[in-house]
Amino acid sequence: MTGAELIIQALKKEGVRALFGYPGGAVIDIFDALYNSDVPFYLTRHEQGAAHAADGFARASGEVGVCIATSGPGATNLVTGLATAHMDSIPIVAITGQVHTHLIGNDAFQEVDIVGISRPVTKHNFLVNNIDELGTIIKSAFFIAKTGRPGPVLVDIPKDIQQTKTSKPYPDSIEIKSYKPTMKGHLPQIKNVAKAIAASHKPAIYAGGGVISSGASEELRQLAKIINAPVTTTLMGLGVFPETNSNSLKMLGMHGTEYANYAIQEADLLIAVGARFDDRVTGKVDKFASKAKIIHIDIDPTTIRKNVQVNIPVVGDIKNVLKELNKIVEPKENKEWLEKIYKWKKDHPLKYKNDGKIQPQYVIEQIAELTDRNAIITTEVGQNQMWTAQFYNFTHPRTFLTSGGLGTMGYGFPAAIGAQVANPDKIVVDIAGDGSIQMNIQELATAVLYQIPVKIVILNNHSLGMVRQWQAIFYDRKFSSTCLRRSIDCPPHCDQSGENCPKAYVPNFTKLAEAYGATGFYTNKVEEVKPILKKMLKTPGPVIVEFEIEAEENVYPMVPSGAPINEMIRGMA
Amino acid sequence: MRHIINLEVENNSGVLARIAGLFSARGFNIETLSVGQAEPNVTSRMTLVVRGNDEVIEQVNKQLNKLIDVIRVTDVTKNYYVSRDLVLVKVSVTPAKRNDISQLINIFGAKVVDISNKTMILELGSSEAKVNAFIETLRPFGIKEIARSGTISMLRDSSGTF
Repeated sequence: MTGAELIIQALKKEGVRALFGYPGGAVIDIFDALYNSDVPFYLTRHEQGAAHAADGFARASGEVGVCIATSGPGATNLVTGLATAHMDSIPIVAITGQVHTHLIGNDAFQEVDIVGISRPVTKHNFLVNNIDELGTIIKSAFFIAKTGRPGPVLVDIPKDIQQTKTSKPYPDSIEIKSYKPTMKGHLPQIKNVAKAIAASHKPAIYAGGGVISSGASEELRQLAKIINAPVTTTLMGLGVFPETNSNSLKMLGMHGTEYANYAIQEADLLIAVGARFDDRVTGKVDKFASKAKIIHIDIDPTTIRKNVQVNIPVVGDIKNVLKELNKIVEPKENKEWLEKIYKWKKDHPLKYKNDGKIQPQYVIEQIAELTDRNAIITTEVGQNQMWTAQFYNFTHPRTFLTSGGLGTMGYGFPAAIGAQVANPDKIVVDIAGDGSIQMNIQELATAVLYQIPVKIVILNNHSLGMVRQWQAIFYDRKFSSTCLRRSIDCPPHCDQSGENCPKAYVPNFTKLAEAYGATGFYTNKVEEVKPILKKMLKTPGPVIVEFEIEAEENVYPMVPSGAPINEMIRGMA
Repeated sequence: MRHIINLEVENNSGVLARIAGLFSARGFNIETLSVGQAEPNVTSRMTLVVRGNDEVIEQVNKQLNKLIDVIRVTDVTKNYYVSRDLVLVKVSVTPAKRNDISQLINIFGAKVVDISNKTMILELGSSEAKVNAFIETLRPFGIKEIARSGTISMLRDSSGTF
C-alpha cells in the first residue's frame, strides 16, 4: 500500500462522510487514490472554502471536518479557515501536500513551511518524514482534533511519502503519553460548586461554546431547571438553552441584551460553563460580575484564571461535571431574583424601528418563524451576525454556526455548504451582509454543481455595516472606505448617502445567482419579505435572496469597547 | 519573581519552535533557555527561566502543559533545587598579571581553559548569582568576550541548600 492509499484508508476507517478540498501538484497521488474510493469528495472553488466547509460540517454534526489542499498556495489558503476553527475550538483535520522530502528547505516550486505558518493557528500539526509513521500520525491527528478542547490539526505530507509503499497498516488505536485531557471533574470541587450554589441568592449561568463541544446542552438545561437560575450564553453558546424560555437572558456582552448584562453585574454567583471570558463578553474586565463569586467549569485549564480570577475552578469535560453536579445540587427557587429579572426583561426588551422600511431584525424574525427554528443558521461577520444572534431566538445546539473568536468574513456561506452536506434533510440558511458574502461567493459553483440547496439571505445595506456603525458613533461619521457603492465619481469625503450616490449595486446579486445556475430574488419592500422567504424555502437548489435594508441601521444595545457591560448605548427605537 | 521551569519534551522537530512561539504569542518573557538531549533518542530536557507574577507563571505552566509535545512541566523554584549557569570569559591578562588573577580564580573555584600572551579563557559553572559576581570581579582586567549558557536545574531530594 502506498502512502496515498493509506491516507484514503485512514479517512474510511475514521468514518469520514465528506472531504472538502482542491487538487494540486503535491497531492495528485492522494487524488489518484481517491479516484477509485467511495469517500465523498466536494471540490470547492477555493481552499478557504474547503476549510470553512469542513468547519461547518464539524459544527453542524459534531464529527471531525476534513479538508485537503496542495502545498504552497493551497496550504496558505487554508490558514484563515484553520485560524477560524482554532479560535472557536472546532475539530478539523487538514491534509496538505508538501514538496519531496529532499527538496524541503530549498525554496522548491510551491514550497511553503506550512507547519511553521500554521503552528499558532492549530491545536497541533505534523510534518510526516517517515512513511512508517504516516498511519500513527493521521490517527493522532483525528484523536487530538476531537478530544479535550477540540481544535484543528494539520498534517503535512511530502509527495514522496505519498508515493512510498508501507506495510504498516492504519492503527486501530493510539496512545499519546504527553496528551491526556482531564475528563472527570474533581469530586470535592464539584461539591464546593453545589455548596456555593446553595449559599447563593442571585445565581446566573453563563454558558459558552464548550457546552456544545461537550454535547452537554441537556445537562445544562437540567441544572438551570433544578436551581432555577437564569441563563445567558455567549455568541458561541447560542442554542444550548432555549432562548424562548422565560429564564433565558439571551446573549451577554458587547451586543448582548440589557437584561443579561444587568443580571451579570447584579449576580452574587456566576456559573461559567465552557466559556472563556472573552473581551467582547466582559467589557472592562475588573468591573465584570464584580459582586459575584465565580465558578468556572472548563476542560481547558488554560482558560481558567486567564482573564478573570475564579473562586471555584473545575477542570473536566462539561458533560461529566454537570452530570455529577446535577446529582448533588439542591433545588432552589430564587423567587425575588427571578422577579427582578423578569422585570428587566419586560422593561428593556430588544427592539427595532417599525418605519415601513425593511429592518434587518424583522427579516431574521421571519426566517426563524418560517423555519420553526429547525433550520441551521450560519452567518457572516458583522451586523448580520449580531442581529441574527439577537433576534432569531435559538432553541437547539448546533443550529447556529458563526465565526465567533476570529470574526472571519466569508465564513458563513462555505460553512453552510458543509452544514448542509452533514444534514441533507435540514434547511440551511446563511444570513449574510453584502460585504461578507462577496468574500467566498465563488462557492456558488460548488453549491449548484453538487446540488447543495443552501439558502443565502443578503441583508444589503451597501456597506461594511459594523465598521460604518463605529465610524458613525466614534469617528465623526467619516465613512472611510465602508460604503460599498462608492465609485471613482464620488467626492473624496462623504458622511451621508444621498441623491447623487451611484444607483446600481455591484454586483447585481440576482443576476449573479442566475449566472451560476442558482435562483435569485430581490426586494426593497417590507411587505414582500415574507412572501419571498416562503418562495425561497420552496425553491429547490441554492437560492440568493437580497433584501435592501435600511442603510444606517445599527446594532443596539452596544457596550463601547473597554466599558463595563452595564454601560450600554441604547437604540433609537 | 524569577522562576526556573524544567520541561521534558518529545524529541520531535519543531518542539523548540512551538515553545518559543508560545512565549512570543502570549507575551511571556524568557530570560534564559537551555536545551539538551536528556536520554538519547527519547526525550529532551529544557530549562526556562521566566519572570512574572503568580498569574503569569500559572499561565506559563498551563500553556506549556497544553502543548502536545510537552511531557512534563516542573517549576523547580517551588521546591528545593540546584541550578547552574556555565560561563566562559576571555579576559585580557598579560603574563605580569597572571598572579593577580589566579587568586580570583581560586576564590571562585573557576578553571583556566586557555592561556596566551595577551589573554586567558576562564570557565566557571555555578549559581547565577556567583557567575554574575565572577564576571563583575573580572571587569577591571578587561573582558574581551563572554559566552554564557542558560540556567539548567534539577530538584533536590534532600532539603538542604548547598
